[in-house]
Amino acid sequence: MSATNAGIHASGPARDGAVAGSMSRRRKRLDRLVTALCVAATVLGLALLASILFTLIWRGVGGLNLNVFTSVTLPPGSNGGLLNAIVGSLVQTLVGTLIGTPIGLMVGTYLAEYARNSALGNAVRFVSDVLLSAPSILVGLFVYTILVDPFGGFSGIAGCVALAVIVVPIVVRTTEDMLQLIPIELREAAVALGAPKWRVIVLICYRAALFGIATGVLLAVARVAGETAPLLFTSLGNLNWSLSLTQPMASLPVTIYQYAGSAYDDWVDLAWAGALLITFGVLTLNIVARVVLRPRR
Amino acid sequence: MNETQQPPAIAAMQARSAEALREARISIRGVDFFYGANKALKGIDLDLPDRQVTGMIGPSGCGKSTLLRVLNRMYDLYPGQRAEGQVLMDGTNILDPGIDLNQLRSRVGMVFQKPTPFPMTIYENIAFGVKLHEKLSKSAMDERVEWSLTRAALWEEAKDRLNTSAMGLSGGQQQRLCIARTIAVRPDVILLDEPTSALDPISTLKIEELIDELKRDFTIAIVTHNMQQAARCADQVAFFYLGELVEVGSAMQMFTAPRLKRTQEYITGRFG
Repeated sequence: MSATNAGIHASGPARDGAVAGSMSRRRKRLDRLVTALCVAATVLGLALLASILFTLIWRGVGGLNLNVFTSVTLPPGSNGGLLNAIVGSLVQTLVGTLIGTPIGLMVGTYLAEYARNSALGNAVRFVSDVLLSAPSILVGLFVYTILVDPFGGFSGIAGCVALAVIVVPIVVRTTEDMLQLIPIELREAAVALGAPKWRVIVLICYRAALFGIATGVLLAVARVAGETAPLLFTSLGNLNWSLSLTQPMASLPVTIYQYAGSAYDDWVDLAWAGALLITFGVLTLNIVARVVLRPRR
Repeated sequence: MNETQQPPAIAAMQARSAEALREARISIRGVDFFYGANKALKGIDLDLPDRQVTGMIGPSGCGKSTLLRVLNRMYDLYPGQRAEGQVLMDGTNILDPGIDLNQLRSRVGMVFQKPTPFPMTIYENIAFGVKLHEKLSKSAMDERVEWSLTRAALWEEAKDRLNTSAMGLSGGQQQRLCIARTIAVRPDVILLDEPTSALDPISTLKIEELIDELKRDFTIAIVTHNMQQAARCADQVAFFYLGELVEVGSAMQMFTAPRLKRTQEYITGRFG
């Protein structure tokens, strides 16, 4: 291609060197300008991100001490920690993901494999996408009306369900996208061996899409680990140690929300420490997953 | 280039032409095929001779791949595609709606244009298809894997890496793995849809030698755009054009003395 172009230029009609030179200089200037703008935008974005992270580490590390992990939340000034909130967050994130992932996986499979162009499929896809971008406080209110109000109180399980409702559409979206990326030839090859459809999906498609689907689940975990609004109306928060799913349950985001706005310095410090814990927890999860799930050749 | 002037191909054909076409393993009778309202095959009548190779040639869009996909009912995956007429195998019409498709596909295997290894180990790639139809002990499965890889001329290259991912094989090796996977199910018929068009010449040669070897046990139909390949591999050649079967005959006759001018023109590269 370039060789042909060079040939044309070499043998083409004589060109006005001065005009060509000035145009070329103009293009180069424009090129440099646009490049500079792109770099500036990137630097700005990264700088904002870095400053958030920096502030978080700066303030968070100050609040971190052994007490954070060994003591439950206590009244101001009594050297409390975040143990109940940390464990509560882990439990609710885990159970919420465990409830939401299979549902999302099945819905995503249905959309990609059985209902690509059906009216029902399109309706489900639309609803799922709406849910994906719905304000999470609505999810909290919804679970409040179906699980908190009728059963007479806030509970850990209500928090789990609220988080599951957020997990579902994320997993649906990534599962469907990942399954659709699988080349038709791979499916046909399995079908040509006499494999029934469900085997093709479970043994071939899931395996081929494993990395993508797992990434989607992790994105969902990362998202719900930091959710506050859906938990405010469901698991509420609990100042005491509790692992019971039928009782109100503490969580890091809700505790951060309550502590960060308080007038007590030690609570504010704990809020920063909690924020740091969530951030690094999610970051670690992502890195581990990338290493473990990296596609092998 | 005029393929009829290729000495090796001619020699190969002469060797094969000593042997007459055998009786039909599959008989295609009056098959029409529709993509929605678009008729892609028109009244096809063709016999696939038992344990011989039928080469299907013709310009793109002539219906040869479509016919291949009729023979294992692959088109059933797609609503809107349908075939009419009869495809007889052991006295049954495989176009019958009541036919067990998975069983049919275990008897009529298919290898595609692009190598399609499954995202698992080489061993598992072979075992996948076998497990669908048979319950084998571990040792019987080991034997089957070795047998099929040997038949596909891949055993020597793969025996030390059976438990590594099949994605690590080269394109030509992957295609031979796909052939091994297909014959591991022990079908009667193997359909090859342009199996070498994505491969380099060395790999192509290996696959062609393999086809020659496999036809001792399997009835083979191969779609190809490569006239020399058809001349090298096929016992019978069928020429398709615009959804019709224009001419069919032994490879020798088709390449040296085609009855119709259109066949002659396509084979010699004057159109298509």
